Amino acid sequence: MAETVIEIDNLWKKYRLGVLGTRTLKDDFNRWWHRMRGKPDPYTKVDQLRKPEVTSNLRPLRFDSYLADDEMWALRGVSFEIRQGEILGIIGRNGAGKSTFLKILSRVTAPTTGEVRVKGRIASLLEIGTGFHHELSGRENIYLNGAILGMTRSEIQRKFDEIVAFADIEKFLDTPVKRYSSGMYVRLAFAVAAHLDPDILIVDEVLAVGDGAFQKKCLGKMNDVAKEGRTVLFVSHNMDTVARLCSKAIILEKGKIQASGNTDTVVSRYVRGDFGTSAKRKWQDPNTAPGDRVVRLLEVRVHDENNKESASFQVTQSIGITIEYEVLEEGHYFTHSCNLFNEQGTNIFNSHDVVSPTRNLPRSKGLYSATMWIPSNLLSEGAVIVGIALFRPEPFLSHVYEQDVVSFNIVDNIDGRSARGNYVGGFPGIVRPLLRWTASQL
Amino acid sequence: MTEKVATLLKDLPVFGKSRGDSDKVSPSMAAPEQWDLIIRPKTAWFDLHLSDLWRYRDLTLLFVWRDLVTQYKQTILGPLWHLIQPLLTTALFTLVFGRVAKLSTDGLPPVLFYMAGVTCWNYFAECLNRTASTFIQNASIFGKVYFPRLSVPVSVVLSNIIRFGIQLALFLVFVGFYYSQGAAIRPSIYVLLMPILVFMMAALGLGLGIIVSSLTTRYRDLQVLVTFGIQLLMFVTPVIYPASLVSQQYRWLILANPMTALVETFRYAFLGAGTIHLWHLVYSAGVTFVILCIGIVLFNHVERTFMDTV
Repeated sequence: MAETVIEIDNLWKKYRLGVLGTRTLKDDFNRWWHRMRGKPDPYTKVDQLRKPEVTSNLRPLRFDSYLADDEMWALRGVSFEIRQGEILGIIGRNGAGKSTFLKILSRVTAPTTGEVRVKGRIASLLEIGTGFHHELSGRENIYLNGAILGMTRSEIQRKFDEIVAFADIEKFLDTPVKRYSSGMYVRLAFAVAAHLDPDILIVDEVLAVGDGAFQKKCLGKMNDVAKEGRTVLFVSHNMDTVARLCSKAIILEKGKIQASGNTDTVVSRYVRGDFGTSAKRKWQDPNTAPGDRVVRLLEVRVHDENNKESASFQVTQSIGITIEYEVLEEGHYFTHSCNLFNEQGTNIFNSHDVVSPTRNLPRSKGLYSATMWIPSNLLSEGAVIVGIALFRPEPFLSHVYEQDVVSFNIVDNIDGRSARGNYVGGFPGIVRPLLRWTASQL
Repeated sequence: MTEKVATLLKDLPVFGKSRGDSDKVSPSMAAPEQWDLIIRPKTAWFDLHLSDLWRYRDLTLLFVWRDLVTQYKQTILGPLWHLIQPLLTTALFTLVFGRVAKLSTDGLPPVLFYMAGVTCWNYFAECLNRTASTFIQNASIFGKVYFPRLSVPVSVVLSNIIRFGIQLALFLVFVGFYYSQGAAIRPSIYVLLMPILVFMMAALGLGLGIIVSSLTTRYRDLQVLVTFGIQLLMFVTPVIYPASLVSQQYRWLILANPMTALVETFRYAFLGAGTIHLWHLVYSAGVTFVILCIGIVLFNHVERTFMDTV
């Protein structure tokens, strides 16, 4: 087993809310004066007085009841370990504590309690070009920026030519960077950061936005670093990217770890958390199951070709959605239907069963099952939420109509077999069909 | 491009390793494993990490160099400003305090007298003024990367030394000129104290500056006070008048100011007039030391959490 390179031990971070920097000397003096006379803090709200004393030992701080009214926990007891060579994805929505966590890890701010133990050098690509001075030349900025990132001068000297070659700015080395195009600027900044040679690389997804080529460079760099046995921490709010790049993932929510483990499991839990659904839904109680006096839903599940239930699929896999139901009253006929929606609520497609032989037959009582097969290379990356209906088309009569029944996630692992090919950049579109192309020289 | 990175990286020795080893912050950790870096809450007041400052010395020097290079970019006169500033101030002081107010100059040529005061005072005031805004001015960069924050004010003090050197050279030219004209000046052996004087002025300016910069993260009022305070402070320092001019009744006020002994010693060393006692210097050194220590401790305390309060 690879050795642990980062150990995060019960990390808590408290922030003060509201307008900061409004404290004045007078307020603090007043506070001090009251304390000296053994009186309570004149600025404390009354209900705070009942709360237990916060001792000098910071431990008790972790309980929510010890917070002042204008304080909040950005991180609440985050603990995990990262082993060497892992690419760990940290997923979370805005305000989940991702950036606080990164700030602590890059030593910009200190935790309130808890500890982080690190082996090796950390470099964070949270922000490139920090400390670039517009009046200075490219050459001068390489030295300055390198030093700010923690390189010694001799180290920069050794790598100088490589940095220049990588950034492709030989001709403009002695031009002030304020005259650089934004592309050159970013290339130079990234080149310096990319030559830090860290043991642990922290990448913020925000950085990987930007033009396609640059994104590819960043992501490619992450992969290379990991291949060399170094460790990568990738922070993102985008599941797709995490699912694609990371072997392990952690979900942060409201400052706590919601889930951690292998990316597939974690990502499918994230989807579930988002939509309150999972790859399988079973109704135990006949009274609450969707349906009417004719028919009642028993179970809906998402599975692969081998009938193995899953919440995460490759673009190149075909996916089955099976509906099991019980017919309670004989003599009715109806058919099956599925509605698929993406994360944004866009209706990807609807499908009515117009082929299965049972659809035109009056049913007898009993248990039935129907499976809709989604062909491989149809859905694009992201979450898919499924709605189910059992209905008679003509004259129209709906027996079961249930939205948000199950959900699953589609991942493109860029093995070249999907419509992506080897392209790693942003690839929008509701569907991702692999189409026939013909090409010839005229 | 990706392949390019890959090949580049492959060929590079892993500098990170050797670097990481020297990163050990707390080798005495009870944990059986050796960690290179331990990030923990800042609780101890005296957990100063001054060794970090030394490890990042290249950065400090680059900051000095950046300061010097960039300050006069796109100005017409460039570094000449280093000379124009003290010259104009001296001329003005000579006119106003020498000719109009007719203050005593301890029998020295007024130009030399004021220039000595201005040169010293400028250095101290610049150190204080420019370090006092460390946190506020560098908030954006401090919010993104870690490096010992103290390297910023230290670099300011160092780049000011170079400016001071230029002004000192100008002053010496004037001393030489007046000496050759037969003016009543007697440079003394105390000139050898110069490095100590400069060091003390730097330390005092730095100490006060980082105290102010630490406090301004909480009390913005102080920012206004600094510029104003420096001006006031100059009037309780014998810059425009000699210490000997001050009546016995108020002399304690002047002597309580640690800059007094420094300016007077400077003048005595180069020009041979001034009030100087050993215990004045010792007192100044003591005060400077205490202020610098308080400054460093405060600065370090603010350093790690100030991003949350700015």
